[in-house]
Amino acid sequence: MSSAPPVSFFDRPNSYIGRTVPRPNVKKLLQGRGTYVDDITLPRMLHVVFVRSPHAHAKIVSIDRAAAQEMPGVIAVVTGPELAKVITPWVGVLTHMKGLKSAPQHAIAIDRACWQGEAVAAVVAETRAEAEDAAEMVVVEWEELPAVVDMEAALDAGTPVIHPDLGDNLAFRRELVTGDVDGAFAAADHVFEEIFHTGRHTGVCLEPRAVLADYQPAEGKLVAYQATQAPHMIQNLLAKHLNLTESDVRVVCKDVGGSFGIKVHIYPDEMATAALSVLLKRPVKFIADRLESFVTDIHARDHRIKGRIAVKNDGEILAFEIDDRTGIGPYSVYPRTSAVEANQVVNLVGGPYKHKAYRAATEVVFQNKNVTCQYRAVGHPIACAVTEGLVDLAARKLGIDPAEIRRRNLIPDDAYPYTGLAGLPYESLSHHASLEKLLKLMDYDGLRTEQAELRKRGIYRGIGLASFIEVTNPSAAFYGVGGARISSQDGCTIRLDPTGTIICATGVTEQGQGTEAMIAQIAATAVGVTMERVRVITGDTDATPYGGGTWASRGAGIGGEAALQAGKALRQNILTVAAAMLQAAPESLDIRNGTVVDTDTGVERLPLEEIGRVVYFRPDALPKGLQPEFVVTRHYVQKDYPFVFTNGIQGSYLEVDTETGFVTLLKHWCVEDCGTIINPQLVDEQIRGGVVQGLGGALYEQCIYDDRGQLVNGSMIDYLVPMAGEMPDIVVGHVVSPTASSELGAKGAGEAGTAGAPGAVMNAINDALQPLNVSLAAQPFTPESILMALGRVSAKVG
Amino acid sequence: MKAPPFGYVKARELGQVFDLLEQHGDEAKILAGGQSLIPSLNLRLSRPTLLIDINAIADLQGIRETADTVVVGALTTHVALEKSPIISRHVQLLAAAMPHIAHPAIRNRGTIGGSLAFADPAAELPACATALDATFILRNRDQERRVKASEFFHGLFETDLKPGEILAAIEFPKATTSHRFAFSELARRHGDYAMIGLAAASPQLGMLRLAYFGVADRPVSAERAATHLIRDGAAGVEAACASLADDLESSGDLNAGPQTKLHLAAVLLRRALPALLPSA
Repeated sequence: MSSAPPVSFFDRPNSYIGRTVPRPNVKKLLQGRGTYVDDITLPRMLHVVFVRSPHAHAKIVSIDRAAAQEMPGVIAVVTGPELAKVITPWVGVLTHMKGLKSAPQHAIAIDRACWQGEAVAAVVAETRAEAEDAAEMVVVEWEELPAVVDMEAALDAGTPVIHPDLGDNLAFRRELVTGDVDGAFAAADHVFEEIFHTGRHTGVCLEPRAVLADYQPAEGKLVAYQATQAPHMIQNLLAKHLNLTESDVRVVCKDVGGSFGIKVHIYPDEMATAALSVLLKRPVKFIADRLESFVTDIHARDHRIKGRIAVKNDGEILAFEIDDRTGIGPYSVYPRTSAVEANQVVNLVGGPYKHKAYRAATEVVFQNKNVTCQYRAVGHPIACAVTEGLVDLAARKLGIDPAEIRRRNLIPDDAYPYTGLAGLPYESLSHHASLEKLLKLMDYDGLRTEQAELRKRGIYRGIGLASFIEVTNPSAAFYGVGGARISSQDGCTIRLDPTGTIICATGVTEQGQGTEAMIAQIAATAVGVTMERVRVITGDTDATPYGGGTWASRGAGIGGEAALQAGKALRQNILTVAAAMLQAAPESLDIRNGTVVDTDTGVERLPLEEIGRVVYFRPDALPKGLQPEFVVTRHYVQKDYPFVFTNGIQGSYLEVDTETGFVTLLKHWCVEDCGTIINPQLVDEQIRGGVVQGLGGALYEQCIYDDRGQLVNGSMIDYLVPMAGEMPDIVVGHVVSPTASSELGAKGAGEAGTAGAPGAVMNAINDALQPLNVSLAAQPFTPESILMALGRVSAKVG
Repeated sequence: MKAPPFGYVKARELGQVFDLLEQHGDEAKILAGGQSLIPSLNLRLSRPTLLIDINAIADLQGIRETADTVVVGALTTHVALEKSPIISRHVQLLAAAMPHIAHPAIRNRGTIGGSLAFADPAAELPACATALDATFILRNRDQERRVKASEFFHGLFETDLKPGEILAAIEFPKATTSHRFAFSELARRHGDYAMIGLAAASPQLGMLRLAYFGVADRPVSAERAATHLIRDGAAGVEAACASLADDLESSGDLNAGPQTKLHLAAVLLRRALPALLPSA
């Protein structure tokens, strides 16, 4: 073992920072031995199935449940008004989203359904199958109401208002003007315009939404085993709306099978399940099946953006302007609201560039479709595609290479700190270093040569670039200041057990991305033990420090820093005791691989289990007055910036078959800067997984509604998630600019892949089709849409 | 997504199957590989009172050769076809189609008889059977009858099978030395039902069957197009493509409207020509 003094804390002997080590929970998960909500069975447990509206908008005239109640195994058939006696409605607004309005939303609809899939009755039975059989026997008499489907028409005078009390269908509007926008457009040599569309998607988690609510009437306590990213938020809101004391509600997340933002919201059916447990005084389980997932899991990204860019002849960008509209369904989702995505689009468009003028407007409108809310990389892929689409449009029109126009306009790497035009500060970004690294990884010049050669043979290949900025490590500015009781702080409680084991309880949560591995690596490093000695506890409001959970790329940046500080404090406490036992100065000792050593020589002095033995079982052997503290809690909240921005750039190389309209992804690259990298493999796979989700949006995924508000492709047959066969190799590179806002220096990595992929693919397709004077701006880019753009197919009929 | 209640019998021999079919009529469904039936039960799109599981019936198994034909038992799985040396030697079109059928997990259980009897117009096997002019061997308690592929498919999930009758085997003519074939499909993701596909076979010079799938309510043989190609060879390709509109009467779906399908049908035909015509 080296005795050289470490360069930084992370260069300590037995540091796991920057090392790819196996995830402690991966064996269990891969062997199918995880415990998901549906794996939990409680005594006297019931199953609930919801009767859902087949209409986008309809009045409930009557519900006849007589036949359903007679079905085998049925315990109760419950309607909205009955459930409303035990659970109060909610309104999805935040005070810092000025003007945002929404209507009260009930766990089960009271007198009308506002989207296809809204629950209008609950059938509770002994088994799921019995509940489904009985649900078919519930007869709802409907009176169909006119549905608001087209978001473009939502604010028109002739369009019905979904919630008459709100006055109109406008949920939120934001306008932003920075700098002399009119002057910039007047001074421009060229103004280029495009209308972009991003398809409505959903998250499609492997494990669907799930909750098992167990109300224990004797104690007035509710335990909710729930697939959620934010257990403390759920605890608060279950208590609030069920009129329980918050400490009487416990939320437990065992294993959670993917989330991507889908599982960070309040869902009426999940709240109804908890209310049914209170009502029936028995455990009630709800597992969303795949069909109801498509019509009730939040959707996202349904935007139309008119974009303009003002440029000089040499490609200098003077200004961006966007006019955005998005349809969010009939309610703003509680408690994070459905205005955040549009707000992020406004915050992020033009983000990587050094222009001085920006105007943005967004309108968020209600419609009778499923609700939309925050889904992985909230707003980023939209803003990135618009920005980068406009930059490439300018480059094409001006005859400037896409890499070169970015070189000329990206914010210089030595310009930081820098304030973006939406008023948000960037601590330290690396656009140019990332661009140059990407070009090298891609062999950009080589690809251009190959592209030119192949074009002579009628093969249309395209190269697309997309720079982006990314919101990570959010402060209270995201939700807390708007009045939502969602913690931006997280804590870690760490303890040393007599065997030398480190138990680490954290407020951030695991949904399969490796949070527990990341926390274990940091804790092991901070204390000075091997990974095998560390146990991590997540997802239990009774057992972990109060915290926000895992979302908005905060797990490593916030939760990791708390673990680091807790681990360091525990290490000091252990060394204090070790020093007393060894009659040495604490400063002369270190902990390495679970053993106290002399810092200078590395000579082993005392294993942790010996310290544990003495402290717990023979404290009489310790000096009087020495009270070992082997449980330590530390918290961390990021207060330096509203968000710690990261950045990156992606590259796509693809081939368009101009006869069939098919796009073949040949290769994809991403260079990103998430600051300190804790586990390179976990980061790279987060990037790759994110890229794949972005590629899904670019080429495959879209929730297609017909003109009556019916989702027509709500199944795994028709909703096309990206699959391995079509995915290219994804090369990941890093530039490392640690944030100074924490000692760990980690920024988020989970959303970068999703942020940039659609823009890169769009630019590559348009690059491929440039010789044919064709460009596309509406995602997903399907074979049919490409054939139409090429004029090979004239119009969609039928 | 739980199936409604249903009864289940694992049949041991064909007589028992016919008894049960007689007893239960339309209420009974034959369960082979279950790759379409079981999802449709779970989606509650189908609610038979009885499933007759025929997987244990030996009479329906196996691939065997005669002098001029290959006879494939209805229970033969896709993976068995995919790995069969008899199929790869004598029914090459079928071998070429296999990797396009869904995914390995589905091919492990899905059967040729199940796919053909289900008659999904977007599936590969009905089109292959049409292109190869396969003979369907149908049996009821009393007799066996033989039906050509062109007569077997009546429409969306509709076939020539009569009450009390099952599909027992499919007979493919063995490829001759002058046999030519082409298989291609366009699916947005590998393994999906195709937006459109073409199974084409020319058993000998002067004979050509172009069977499109994913285009109408059944596999469609593009006879006008084939006639142009037979008569004029590669020179007839423009006329052949032009006649596809009349041949196919394509209807649209989520991924492609009728015009797109028609356009792609022509693309597939052009691309298939070198394999189908000696002169192309």
